[in-house]
Amino acid sequence: MNDPISRRAFLKRSGALGTFAALDWMLPIYARSDSLSVVTPTTQLSGDVINLTIARTPFRIDDHIATATTINGTVPGPLLHLREGQDITLNVTNHLDETSSIHWHGILLPPEMDGVPGISFPGIEPGATFSYRFTIRQYGTYWFHSHSGGQEQAGVYAPMIIDPIEPDPVKYDREYVIMLSDWSFSSVDSMIEKLKKQPGYFNFQKRTLGDFIQDAMRDGWRPALDDYLMWARMRMDPTDLADVTGHAYTYLMNGLTPAANWTGLFHPGERIRLRFIQVGVMTFQDIRIPGLGMTVVQADGQNVQPVEVDEFRIGPAETYDVIVEPKEERAYTIFAETLDRSGFARGTLAPRPGMAAEVPSRRPRSLRTMADMGMQHMSGVDHGNHAPGNATMGEPEEGTQHDTPDRHGEHAKEGIHGRHDRHAQPGFPDSRPVRHGTDDHGSGNQFIPDFTQSRMDEPGIGLGNDGRRVLVYTDLKSLKPYPDQREPERELEIHLTGHMERFIWSFDGEKYSDAKESILFRHGERLRWIFVNDTMMEHTMHLHGTWMYLENGAGAYLPRKHTVLVKPAERVSVAITADAPGPWAFHCHLLLHMETGMFRVVEILDAAPGTES
Amino acid sequence: MKSFPQFAAGMVVILSPGVDMPVANAETLLDKEKQILPVPHPRGKYHHPTHSDQNYAFLRADVLEYRPGRDDSDFRWDIQGWYGGDFNRLWFKTEGERNTAFKAEHDIDMQLLYGRFIGKYYDVQIGVRGETQTVRGKDVARAHAVIGFQGLAPYRYEVESALFISQQGDVSVRFQTSRDFLLTQRLILQGRFETHAAVQKVEKFTTGQGLNNIELGLRLRYEIRREIAPYIGISYDRSFFRTADLVREEGGDSSQVRFVAGVQLWL
Repeated sequence: MNDPISRRAFLKRSGALGTFAALDWMLPIYARSDSLSVVTPTTQLSGDVINLTIARTPFRIDDHIATATTINGTVPGPLLHLREGQDITLNVTNHLDETSSIHWHGILLPPEMDGVPGISFPGIEPGATFSYRFTIRQYGTYWFHSHSGGQEQAGVYAPMIIDPIEPDPVKYDREYVIMLSDWSFSSVDSMIEKLKKQPGYFNFQKRTLGDFIQDAMRDGWRPALDDYLMWARMRMDPTDLADVTGHAYTYLMNGLTPAANWTGLFHPGERIRLRFIQVGVMTFQDIRIPGLGMTVVQADGQNVQPVEVDEFRIGPAETYDVIVEPKEERAYTIFAETLDRSGFARGTLAPRPGMAAEVPSRRPRSLRTMADMGMQHMSGVDHGNHAPGNATMGEPEEGTQHDTPDRHGEHAKEGIHGRHDRHAQPGFPDSRPVRHGTDDHGSGNQFIPDFTQSRMDEPGIGLGNDGRRVLVYTDLKSLKPYPDQREPERELEIHLTGHMERFIWSFDGEKYSDAKESILFRHGERLRWIFVNDTMMEHTMHLHGTWMYLENGAGAYLPRKHTVLVKPAERVSVAITADAPGPWAFHCHLLLHMETGMFRVVEILDAAPGTES
Repeated sequence: MKSFPQFAAGMVVILSPGVDMPVANAETLLDKEKQILPVPHPRGKYHHPTHSDQNYAFLRADVLEYRPGRDDSDFRWDIQGWYGGDFNRLWFKTEGERNTAFKAEHDIDMQLLYGRFIGKYYDVQIGVRGETQTVRGKDVARAHAVIGFQGLAPYRYEVESALFISQQGDVSVRFQTSRDFLLTQRLILQGRFETHAAVQKVEKFTTGQGLNNIELGLRLRYEIRREIAPYIGISYDRSFFRTADLVREEGGDSSQVRFVAGVQLWL
């Protein structure tokens, strides 16, 4: 093999983010570039005391030089390579002229170390240093980012890989972190301002006269007209797939544009662990590697039973670890198409530097359907390629409590420990449509669906109809059962609400500034939290401080996540063990949604004396 | 599921003795009544973790156009803006034209309104309006109280309507609607309809009783950016009944078609 590096040196470099270090000589584009552009991660930090500095730094995006907000001068910031059980001190110095912060995403720690200004602490003032100190009680793939305004989009994010004390159940020869992000030359504040003034500002895939004529030729004039009029009557746009699109974003892979082509090297036959981290603040991406199957082994840093897929969707702040085993001596494209198909990130796995495989063309953008609006009982022309939800649904019921018929026979059969469960199908409540209550959440909420239901078995809009095996939430089963197998004692419901025309995002119709009272959990309780998405957009719900166990029918093997994707008109049920006293942030991880009000504080508190039930 | 030798090896380690086995607990019930929640501690006086109560300033020129004429060319504008948050806004509106159908040299209209967002799609507005016209060098002016609403009606019609009560007690109404049709992502045809009606005749302002006029416009714009869109169009204005008589008495045309060229702007 005409390999310029010895295998030994090659493997040594490839530990974790190894090839980042090698990038500047590996890629011609980087070989040519001057020192200004070397802001792709070149460092990997370990040890018990780590110093991080947030500052403004020049950043090259193809032929443009922008100014990014960086951690230690790079985008993404340095990889923190830590170890379970370690006592860590992270000194974060703010060299910006505004308050900053670092939040350790998905990490269990004391609330005052969580890094959310306004909740955990006041934030890090300009020129100041804050020392985060905590003991690492977990392992896996994580990341960290600023929790202050738009700094996260501007570049303040980096991966954090924690090695387990016990041998890792996942075996691999080589690993790469793949951080996906959405870069813009505009600030988050200016994007919010545009969207407040003109909804659809960034959408250049709306339906036009040409689309109408095409639809009419295919479906007939009357059905096409009915469909257009129906959406117009509702004052909704079926092309509303992403608030911010490829029009404003350049999608990056490990800080590199599609043209710069981030490349990870391999020797054919190796097992490669790819640690995907979705940083994109407004971006859902569909990941595939044409020619390679992927085996999902971790979700949100938590080991799951291996699932073989061809493609998976990753929403803001989710992580997935996959194993790939390229056998051929050729390049493979890592293709990360956005949900709305307005752009993509791209990288390459190759046996030698400088190789590239074909970059697939983007698939056509889908259209929202009546199912996304929770109006499946209305007849509408469904000519999006969205896999229709379960076509034969039982009679919807009022309210939230009912025994659930089994529409996932295979899960019932896999029920492991014969629990006496209230639900016919353990851990998968409300899989039948539930009628929305009479509360329409006020003027701050545009629309309520007639029905919501669990859609954990659906791949999501634009996926699953082309023969590819797509990861769904019901595929996720924890590798081992988690200790707390109690049935939830209490059930809460929260509605994800918003108004597209004013770009308001909220919970239960109230944005954070109008509803500052906390959501209370009792310390030690096991509760069920149901996220009801009344909007026709996807959201990712992130709870700080403790885990959410997806009630996806996996019985004793419920997977746990720090960030849960909720599809339009979906009810997602999670179990929570309220084991971390303190105030914690709970929000949509789409940064513009959080900033405009889809945010709450969850307080986990010991019961006041005398009130214990 | 395909078997993974490497995984199998790993799983043996993980699932070896010492792993916490699930604890079945069939006794717990969902009993909302039984739960008594703790009292939250007051939090420190930190600033907000989000900016969901931010105010914004908006200014939009929906119509800003030149209208070439045989003997006399003129211009027209319809500009409005607001300052405020999602629910409460202070509105400013101005409309005006030079060389009107009824041969006024100027007709300028300004409103200052408070608007409250209600019913999911509409701002209800109350405030004041000042109106001035210059007819053959003579200025006339009057003030009105305004109550109106504007917003997005079903089928995506932008609507704006108001009731005016002048300082003399004369009552009039205005209704306006427009709708965009996307020919391409950037080439957009806007249809626009506007009508005025009055309860009392006010000759000084060339206003008859009943329906005063209707105006229909079609404007084809190209969005160079979302914020900047030059357009060309055509506008048809027709006066009715007593208003039409007054227009003719002033030497104007009660029915006219004008070509227009302008630019839509917002910031």
